[in-house]
Amino acid sequence: MEYTFQFAAVFRELPYLLGGAALTLGIAFTSFWGGAVIGVLGAVAKVNGKRVARRIASAYVVFFTNTPALVQIFLLYYALPDVGILLDPLVAVVVGLTLNSGAYLTEILRAGVISVRRSEIEAATALNMSRFQILLYVILPHIAKTIYAPLSNFFVWLVLGSSLAALFGVEELTGRAINISTENLRSIETFLVVAVIYALLTLIASATLALVGRWAFRVDAKVL
Amino acid sequence: MSHLEIRNVSSVYGKQRVLQDVSLSADKGEVVSLIGPSGSGKSTLLRVLIGLTPPIDGEIHIAGERVDYSSRRHLRRLRNRMAIVFQQYNLFQNMSVLRNVAIAPIKIKKRPRREAEEHARSLLKKVGMEDKQDAYPDQLSGGQQQRVAIARALATNPELLLLDEVTSALDPERVNEVLDTIRLLRSEGITMLIVSHEMAFVREVSTKVAMMDSGRIVEIGTPDQIFAAPRENRTREFVSKILSHPK
Amino acid sequence: MFERLVQEAPQFFGYHNLVFIGQAMGRTLWMTLIGCGVGFVCGLFIAIIRQTQTRILMPVRLLVIVYVEFFRRIPFLVILFIVLFAIEPLIPGTSLLGIATVSVCLLSTAFLSEVIRSGLESVPRQQIEGAATLNFSFIQMMSMVILPQSWRVILPPAAAFIVMFIKDTSLASQLGVIELTFAGKMLVNRGFSPILGFGAILLCYFMLSYPLSRFAAYLEKRLESS
Repeated sequence: MEYTFQFAAVFRELPYLLGGAALTLGIAFTSFWGGAVIGVLGAVAKVNGKRVARRIASAYVVFFTNTPALVQIFLLYYALPDVGILLDPLVAVVVGLTLNSGAYLTEILRAGVISVRRSEIEAATALNMSRFQILLYVILPHIAKTIYAPLSNFFVWLVLGSSLAALFGVEELTGRAINISTENLRSIETFLVVAVIYALLTLIASATLALVGRWAFRVDAKVL
Repeated sequence: MSHLEIRNVSSVYGKQRVLQDVSLSADKGEVVSLIGPSGSGKSTLLRVLIGLTPPIDGEIHIAGERVDYSSRRHLRRLRNRMAIVFQQYNLFQNMSVLRNVAIAPIKIKKRPRREAEEHARSLLKKVGMEDKQDAYPDQLSGGQQQRVAIARALATNPELLLLDEVTSALDPERVNEVLDTIRLLRSEGITMLIVSHEMAFVREVSTKVAMMDSGRIVEIGTPDQIFAAPRENRTREFVSKILSHPK
Repeated sequence: MFERLVQEAPQFFGYHNLVFIGQAMGRTLWMTLIGCGVGFVCGLFIAIIRQTQTRILMPVRLLVIVYVEFFRRIPFLVILFIVLFAIEPLIPGTSLLGIATVSVCLLSTAFLSEVIRSGLESVPRQQIEGAATLNFSFIQMMSMVILPQSWRVILPPAAAFIVMFIKDTSLASQLGVIELTFAGKMLVNRGFSPILGFGAILLCYFMLSYPLSRFAAYLEKRLESS
């Protein structure tokens, strides 16, 4: 069985694919920051909130972390028209991924908050630091250090996870790969090239995040 | 030729030279102690001897035979005749006390299980730990763990025993139980190389003391000479400092 | 909207639909179990290879590192497509479930090997040195010292990974494997309300995943404290 790889047809479409990669990153960024807002609220609710707030936050996290994002988005996309809301596919995907990120980031941030040691706060108080100074110099750096690695892993997961947008016809990286492969019939080559683009994309993302972490939070993160 | 001969050995850690041109010898049954400030290369020398850190230069002979540290076969033979006890005990956390002591004879030397366990029990008795044979390392105090570690090292009947700051991690009141064990071994005539900060003990048990500084041996002598009449300034300084501020 | 749900419910939860969903759930479970089983065995193998030091195995080590890094950095959907297009000409007539299962194994091997590796590396260096000075061989050291001490570090994240994994298998619906997600799509295509169809499917995933995620949390608490 002979098969000759022909990558030329794929490389011709490289600019088109990279455009898709930009959209992929855009989806991941938007959902990440949207999720971060929800995550902060969720973590505060879970750590410091009243009973009701804690319950709601927990239920939210448990539901979203135990069901697939794909099916959640199917539900959003196909069920909302029943009540008169028509979502654009891209919007449905971003909303779905944001709600997902919110749930995961709630957990990551909560773990960061509860990792702050009482003894450090007491030591800072004994040094006559103000509450604001304690927050700035003791609590926040500590949280930043603990959550840094899970946070950057999660971002990579989000970049990869955003590929499900292709199933709703969004033309991000995977979507454009599907478009190309149905046209040039060089499916394997197309998806191999796309796989390499994803790998490079996430490698660059991890390396950048690790550098930022080292520089800003003195986290001992491995760049590669 | 001496039982252990170290000739002009050097070693590096990263780019730093941690041993420089070290020569030392020990006859059978001798107890040689290495003293000196921390970072002077004492522990490194022991690690080089047992083959955990490779030497980059020099020769090491045991019982007249040169050890080739790049040969697996040589390393195996070497570690059959030599054992080490670490500062942090390094007992296997997943094994009971008896298993820790018996595992090497059973699995490595292929001794019959019953015989090896019998031997292990007698060694535990010697170090005063026979009633703890079914305990796990995390249930023991540091001193107890260290005595088990000594029994484990003895289980393969080594001709040479290396002791790397074996009392440094212990509570002061636990130090003596371990030192007593070492005194006992000395009376049995096993050759020992000891790195220790317990100067009174070093002076008592050693037949020979080597003073180290910055990866070199500064001075070698009998305990009395080193502690009472050191020839080198560096030794005098170190000894007087440590004797006037016993820890 | 409510009337529609109430009206459809008896028919939706009829015998045939329940059997259909049950079978789909079985396929989801199959992909998860095979994926994690194979992934654990191969992952363990890879993790151990990465701990070796001998020069002869250098190319193998390099190869597995590239494999692990690559497959952890591409979307599962893309893996599915690559396997689909690679297997079809090689072994014509492979079932869709077979293709999905192969993809699942490729993915889980890469991730679980990392979980296992960090478990192996959590065992203190001194334990390795202790074993070395007692003349343990590499295999003896692994089987008697490292592995028995690392499982408690490996298990909690491995269980957490399986939870993630159940959800990842939903992408296999894209190939046409009739697992839970595809079953949901089919039910909705047959005219059932999406809320009912996908809602029921979400519930099924939840039933699979929730007990396991509780178990993972329990393991983490239990094994960390001791």
